[in-house]
Amino acid sequence: MTLEELDQIAKATQSEYDKYDHEINVCMGTGCLSQHSDKLKAALEEQVKAQGKNVFVRRTGCMGLCAAGPLALVDPQETLYQHLHAENAENVVKHLDSEPVKELQCDLREHFDQQVHVVLENSGHIDPEKIDDYIARDGYQALLTALSDMTPQGIIRQVTESGLRGRGGGGYPTGLKWGTVAKSAGALKYVICNGDEGDPGAFMDRSVLESDPQRVIEGMAIAAYAVGASKGYVYVRAEYPLAVSRLQTALRDARRRGLLGNNIGNTPFCFDVEIRLGAGAFVCGEETALIASIEGRRGMPKPRPPYPAMSGLWGKPTLINNVETFANIAPILRKGGKWFANMGSEHSKGTKVFALTGKITNTGLVEVPMGIRLREIIENIGGGVPDGHKFKAVQTGGPSGGCLPESLLDIAVSYDGLVKVGAMMGSGGMIVMDDTSCMVNVAKFFLEFCRTESCGKCIPCRAGTAQMHAILNKICTGTGTLADLELLEELCDTVKSTSLCGLGQTSPNPVLSTLRYFRHEYIEHIEHKRCPAGVCSMVAAEQEVTA
Amino acid sequence: MPAYTPPPLPSDDKRWKIVNGTMRKNGYARHALIETLHTVQSSFGYLDDDSIRFVARSLRVPLSQAYGVVTFYHYFSLKPPGKHTMTICSGTACYIKGTDKLIAAAEQKLGIQQGETTKDGNISLTTARCVGACGRAPVVLTDGELMGQMTQDQMIEQLERWAVE
Repeated sequence: MTLEELDQIAKATQSEYDKYDHEINVCMGTGCLSQHSDKLKAALEEQVKAQGKNVFVRRTGCMGLCAAGPLALVDPQETLYQHLHAENAENVVKHLDSEPVKELQCDLREHFDQQVHVVLENSGHIDPEKIDDYIARDGYQALLTALSDMTPQGIIRQVTESGLRGRGGGGYPTGLKWGTVAKSAGALKYVICNGDEGDPGAFMDRSVLESDPQRVIEGMAIAAYAVGASKGYVYVRAEYPLAVSRLQTALRDARRRGLLGNNIGNTPFCFDVEIRLGAGAFVCGEETALIASIEGRRGMPKPRPPYPAMSGLWGKPTLINNVETFANIAPILRKGGKWFANMGSEHSKGTKVFALTGKITNTGLVEVPMGIRLREIIENIGGGVPDGHKFKAVQTGGPSGGCLPESLLDIAVSYDGLVKVGAMMGSGGMIVMDDTSCMVNVAKFFLEFCRTESCGKCIPCRAGTAQMHAILNKICTGTGTLADLELLEELCDTVKSTSLCGLGQTSPNPVLSTLRYFRHEYIEHIEHKRCPAGVCSMVAAEQEVTA
Repeated sequence: MPAYTPPPLPSDDKRWKIVNGTMRKNGYARHALIETLHTVQSSFGYLDDDSIRFVARSLRVPLSQAYGVVTFYHYFSLKPPGKHTMTICSGTACYIKGTDKLIAAAEQKLGIQQGETTKDGNISLTTARCVGACGRAPVVLTDGELMGQMTQDQMIEQLERWAVE
């Protein structure tokens, strides 16, 4: 495959679609599929046939606004329909050449206008199971150009210049990581894509893999060329069957097109990718644990150094990046590192995909430039808290993150800015809570999660999370004392500073942040035996046996 | 080095051939352990003693290590599932939207705890750590099919439908 051939495929695909008067893109991501968008697509196709129209009905990935699903986008008018079901198909097809059907139209300018799509640029526009659709939107151009015109150092320079930081949550500079792996000695190196999206409440990686899998593969291939690797693994959660099957199709097609395998783009570069399924362990999102899991062992983290960049999978230098990080690579190479660095804030460049969920009107995926204020995301894009309830907190960063109150909604979203206020970027889950949520109970929920997900290797995490959970349980059942609160804070400090890996080190964050901003709720539970939100039963249950 | 001869299949059940296929594809390498266990679980529905022993022997992994892996990962089940499975998502978004009440209601209706199967082997009740459909919270999976914005009544109705089948 050469650049010219790629161009031919792109043109042929485009002219094929140009034959149609209209295109109807039907969202077939997990969210809309669960509302039978497959039946909708079939019904639309049937109606197009019955009404004798020249229309192409396309299966696409996620359009983001899961709350309004099933969604369908009619091109070239760009009419977005919401809550569209099979029975509406006839009406929609009938109105293709005239005014759109008003009552089904989704008019959420505010939701879409403030977003900037880089990672999601193809989501909702291409068929994720057709590689030619991806090629028609400049897919694989970056890889083939890189192979023919760029040196590995040149690629790393572009990535460094872009200021891209790891999108899995840690925020380590991607260019620096690539440079370290490239410099590591060894003929055999690996590239791993971390798709073990364990944060409950986050689904960016699932959506990217379901909607635009080729983009991730292209990013991995570019990375492999830059660091000198020849073998890649994508580690995906087994809980994401649709993402896994679309990825399988994508890999097969990429091999068929000669974009994976031997001598890619008629150069000496060889690279192939295999899928490894996760098996439901949150700790496997930690890179050393993930490597252990790919090696077929229990997913237990190891002390670092040595970092995977030096000694990773089977002791070889290994590059591990998150799905979203890889998804950013192709556009960075196509448009240049500077273009990317122009977006975002001083130390956090580019855009970030967030999964907006919880008590918010427009649940779904949004992609916004870094540096945007939390308030803009929640009130403008997210549409605020529904049903007349009052906003209480937003939780970012999953079980490692923190809960931020209304007074902090005006901070800019950036890696460092969020850490400063006791939360973190995490992989991008953003869960909004209203006045019906009890913050002590929320802290207990996360601690319960960390307690069961702790791998048990190091004592501070294994025993500490259990003890913290026990204390929170006491407080939630009205038997906690002020001395318990003191002990809880001390425990948080110990677990934070002495745990081996990120899971343990960050597990106290939900407690610390709720103590920092919602201390009065803890006090209310302890002193007045009352749960202000009315969530906790405040009835002493049997004391749980702890580890 | 002489070619490795894997042990014979435990029985002529066709599913063992699928399991063996996964191992062969990976050259009977030890690191194929988790992949193979996934195949066993998707073919048989769960992992029993015989299958763990067979996989461990075939891949030349100590039985203790294979068992260690099985028990480490939540996705693997050592108990056969019921005829139907109700999986309630307990991720953060679902929790905020009240899945704890759904779980309690299902437990009460079926008279079992989460992670258990009814005595007649009809319905299993499990929870999941987030299935990534948070936009549709609260979410349950009925026999693997994802249902969003689930209400308590809808869920109980589904359980009753299964009960009279």
